[in-house]
Amino acid sequence: MPLYVDIEKKLKDFCLRTKFEAEQEVMGILGASGCGKSVTLKCIAGIIKPDRGRIVLNGTTLFDSEKNINLVPQKRHVGLLFQNYALFPNMTVEKNLMAALGPWEKDKKKARVQVAEFMDRFYLTGMEKRRPSELSGGQQQRVALARILLTKPRLLMLDEPFSALDGYLRWRLELEMMDVLKEFGSTVLFVSHSRDEIYHLCRRVCVMEGGTCAPAVFVKSMFENPKTLAACQLSGCKNYSAAKPEPKESQEGGTWVFACDWGVKLYCKHPVPKNITHIGVRSHAIHVISGEREDRKNVMECQIRRVVEDVSYMVVMVSPLHGDSWKDGGQLRLELPKEQWEDYARQEGKVIRIFIDPDHIMPLVSSI
Amino acid sequence: MDWYPLYNSLRIALISSVIVFFTGIFAAYYIARMNRAVKGILDVVLTLPMVLPPTVAGYFLLLLLGTKRPLGIWFMENFGIKLVMTWYSGIFAASVVAFPLMYRTARGAFESFDETLAHSGQTLGLSNTYIFWHIRMPACRQGILAGAVLAFARALGEYGATSMLAGYTPGKTATISTTVYQLWRTDNEALAFQWVLVNLAISAAVLLTVNMLERKSKGK
Repeated sequence: MPLYVDIEKKLKDFCLRTKFEAEQEVMGILGASGCGKSVTLKCIAGIIKPDRGRIVLNGTTLFDSEKNINLVPQKRHVGLLFQNYALFPNMTVEKNLMAALGPWEKDKKKARVQVAEFMDRFYLTGMEKRRPSELSGGQQQRVALARILLTKPRLLMLDEPFSALDGYLRWRLELEMMDVLKEFGSTVLFVSHSRDEIYHLCRRVCVMEGGTCAPAVFVKSMFENPKTLAACQLSGCKNYSAAKPEPKESQEGGTWVFACDWGVKLYCKHPVPKNITHIGVRSHAIHVISGEREDRKNVMECQIRRVVEDVSYMVVMVSPLHGDSWKDGGQLRLELPKEQWEDYARQEGKVIRIFIDPDHIMPLVSSI
Repeated sequence: MDWYPLYNSLRIALISSVIVFFTGIFAAYYIARMNRAVKGILDVVLTLPMVLPPTVAGYFLLLLLGTKRPLGIWFMENFGIKLVMTWYSGIFAASVVAFPLMYRTARGAFESFDETLAHSGQTLGLSNTYIFWHIRMPACRQGILAGAVLAFARALGEYGATSMLAGYTPGKTATISTTVYQLWRTDNEALAFQWVLVNLAISAAVLLTVNMLERKSKGK
């Protein structure tokens, strides 16, 4: 296993307990801000010392609290791309890159050639004499990446690399990053709170919540079939209700659960675990219906609370008539095509009937 | 006019500035890393000379360095060196009084330094010494230089502790500030006024330097 991490660290607000293994792959760590993602990376890099545990990279023990091993960052050969890129402001682009090759490198000529090669590879030619403050966000990121890769790290860690950028630039750099990661070829840890970035770039993903890290799963399966409330929320799902199983009324091909916040029994085709605490439903799995459905399954009457026009659809917030609308999950979010919304000409305050697709009800457990 | 006081003042100020520059920077760097309790205590002790009347600082120094005090006796017996009432006694006085200015400003500069720069240097394999001299110091340059100028100015104008430790011997321990007082006391107002002008010129130059440094750091 190229990377093994099992660490504990007491922090101000919570205790960080991270355990995962990574192969030669791009592994994502997905979590909301302040869940301990960055601290985990800093522990692996040797900047923060964990209280307990073990970190092994390609057979070399970087940290082992029992054997009293704690390599200094300089000896770990781990590359960490900081959120703000951490370029040395007093040095030119070229000097920043030269510094990575070691300031006491004897063969200056050889070093210059290598730096020039990387400048070319990262589209930085012509910017040798510029200062980091004179570069755009994208260029700064390229310099930072080039600087790290010049040191030939055994592990590359990216801490929210796109959070300082926006819109189009962000997407272009994501595309560039894909090429860089492909060429790098070793283990990469990619930390982000953006489900899109994780989905685009990673093979597997660990979900982190309150300092605890869930076992790694393949990215696709996390999005199609999240198991925990945190994973489901991070995957972009916006409708939740606390839920209880209704084992007596199980039926072939599915199970009934009671959605407490919505005050309704729902038929669910996914297997329901015994310790289910919540269900999640994506907006696209909720449909407005005009007539009666034959089996009347999964139909709820709801009052329209608020309508918000989005760029490409209408967001309609509704609260179930028999639910607790004041609760966190008490309101449902529907996303309707604009034409359909206009056709119905419905208004706030009116009561509509919605149907929830039993194929798309995700049973969840609350903690990792 | 005998220029000895100017020469003596400048050499005392320069030497003590160099001492204070390095000790202040290293104290600031290491104390910032200590745990809270130790940091709090050391901080108070090291800043005290700034708030104490200089004569009180001089009193403490005499308790330590005086001819009948432990350190004074030790130096006399082992090296035959007298620590008080010589020209270099002024260095001890000026250093102690100017130290807090350097220490405080250096600490402020270090505290505003972005630690991720040091961390990224470490992960790139750069030694801590290299990071200190080539990344941390240049980034904090303006603050540290301003601190050094202030310390120099304070050392140059030192009177209280110096007069207790070095006294006033014309041509031997006289500095500008002790000379001005002596001349005034002995009714030599014209000459005192000349020294006051010299002092004004030096002070103006120091202030101009500080302002220039500040403007430069703001423009960056």
